[in-house]
Amino acid sequence: MNSASGNEILQHKFSFSIWFRQLFVGFYNTAIFILKIFKETLRPPFEFREIIKQCYAIGVNSLPIISMTSFIIGIVFTKQSRPSLIEFGATSWLPSLISIAIVRALAPLITALILAGKVGSNIGAELGSMRVTEQIDAMEISSTNPFKFLVTTRVLSITLMMPLLVAYSAVLGLLGGYLNIHHNELTTFKTFIQNGFSQITFLDLTASIIKSVVYGFTIGVTGCMKGYNADMGTVGVGKAANASVVNSMFIIFIEEMVIVQIINYFRFA
Amino acid sequence: METIQDISINEKKEVEIFVKGVKKSFDGINVLNGVDLKIHKGENLVVLGRSGSGKSVLIKLMVGLLKQDEGTIDILGNQVEKLNEKELQHLRLKIGFLFQGSALYDGMNVMENLSFSLIRNQKHLNKQMINKAVTDALEDVGLVQTMYQMPSELSGGQKKRIGIARMMILKPQIILYDEPTAGLDPITCVEINNLINKVKEQYHTTSLVITHDLSCAKFTGDRILMLSDGICIKEGTFQEVFDTEDPRIRDFYNYNFIQ
Ligand SMILES: Nc1ncnc2c1ncn2[C@@H]1O[C@H](COP(=O)(O)OP(=O)(O)O)[C@@H](O)[C@H]1O
Ligand SMILES: [Mg+2]
Repeated sequence: MNSASGNEILQHKFSFSIWFRQLFVGFYNTAIFILKIFKETLRPPFEFREIIKQCYAIGVNSLPIISMTSFIIGIVFTKQSRPSLIEFGATSWLPSLISIAIVRALAPLITALILAGKVGSNIGAELGSMRVTEQIDAMEISSTNPFKFLVTTRVLSITLMMPLLVAYSAVLGLLGGYLNIHHNELTTFKTFIQNGFSQITFLDLTASIIKSVVYGFTIGVTGCMKGYNADMGTVGVGKAANASVVNSMFIIFIEEMVIVQIINYFRFA
Repeated sequence: METIQDISINEKKEVEIFVKGVKKSFDGINVLNGVDLKIHKGENLVVLGRSGSGKSVLIKLMVGLLKQDEGTIDILGNQVEKLNEKELQHLRLKIGFLFQGSALYDGMNVMENLSFSLIRNQKHLNKQMINKAVTDALEDVGLVQTMYQMPSELSGGQKKRIGIARMMILKPQIILYDEPTAGLDPITCVEINNLINKVKEQYHTTSLVITHDLSCAKFTGDRILMLSDGICIKEGTFQEVFDTEDPRIRDFYNYNFIQ
């Protein structure tokens, strides 16, 4: 009885130390992977064609879903915010409330989560199946650096495309909000823009751009790392795709929290 | 009398691949326990072994995709494990490698698959020259009509042949085939075997075929080497290898023909 419970505690301690070690190894491997990305990105020859191809695939293919989601969220958010403002007789604040919410928080986060799901899983599955079917090995022995050709191009492309997609998402979200306000409060476009943008500062825009770059990089690195290092076998591909999405979403939320703290420090400094 | 002559001819021929005492283990499990082999210029050596016996590991060591724990691998006078990245790249261009699953790039069509390494490694070629090289390579394997198809639209045998065309386009001196006939129907197997022999005669390549398929071994091999428990247990012509009472070899032989 006694020895059994003692054993259990021992096992518990043991697994915790394994978990801790795995976490540390994970951080270490990620750091190495990121350093390698920087090194290979800066070293010629540059894979311009592949980067453009990836930018196109990531950017254009994500437009429909980002359009729809952002537009609907713009409408819904406006609708849901109205009743509480009516209570204070402050519906004229709607445009600025919506602009602040969309530009500061919603557009970067929504775009990042959509891309984590769509592009992250895609990268994880694509590179994972290339690993499993030995295409990455084939590339390596035909004297092409597969890391440079597959990983750096994808990370760079999504990091570059993310700010553009966030800006696009913000525009469509604001459009949705405007249509709803115009329909209910008969606000003109000019007034909407004037009220809305009077509250947006340079800091807000900078912060959103920084956020989107960080999120894009996160999705790219997570997807590539999971796919590039996928386990052998078809199960490895599914695991890689799944882990890309789950891990990048998790990291994005943590980054969001940290970045908001830092921005607020500057905002009120 | 004849065998003595054969040996003296072989001795005179240059050795292009020389593997000595190679050991490799994964997570404490020994896969290769000291493999020795020699392949002479223009020769086709077949390495036979059950699946999981470390055949693929052996040829991946030869191109530096994996690194052995012990022993040396010498290819065309280069000690593979001692080469730096650049020298290794240079050597790899002289080696063709047919992967077990063909490993065609599925994001690219046949044309792009074939021209991929050509464009990257021979910068002086213009578009016409590349087109010509691709067409020639496809003609060699009899699949010109698939030029603009995607790998997903090809059958297993076609993929293998495109894989062969993709490595032949760089005119390698040495070819490593990883289970070229695995998973193919008997007629396609014969086609692939013929292709292996044709490539060898036409381009005078030195080749190593890894397989567990006896008909492929018999048909393409100048010399056979039997791998078991991580070491070479027998070496010689097809007749010599299977004229034995060793149960490991007898079993292998019997099961292959019962199937
Ligand atoms: N990269 C690797 N990591 C861990 N184990 C491996 C790796 N590659 C091969 N192995 C193991 O080595 C053994 C031999 O594999 P392989 O060479 O593929 O066999 P085969 O003779 O069928 O080609 C297998 O047990 C396999 O699990
Ligand atoms: Mg194998």
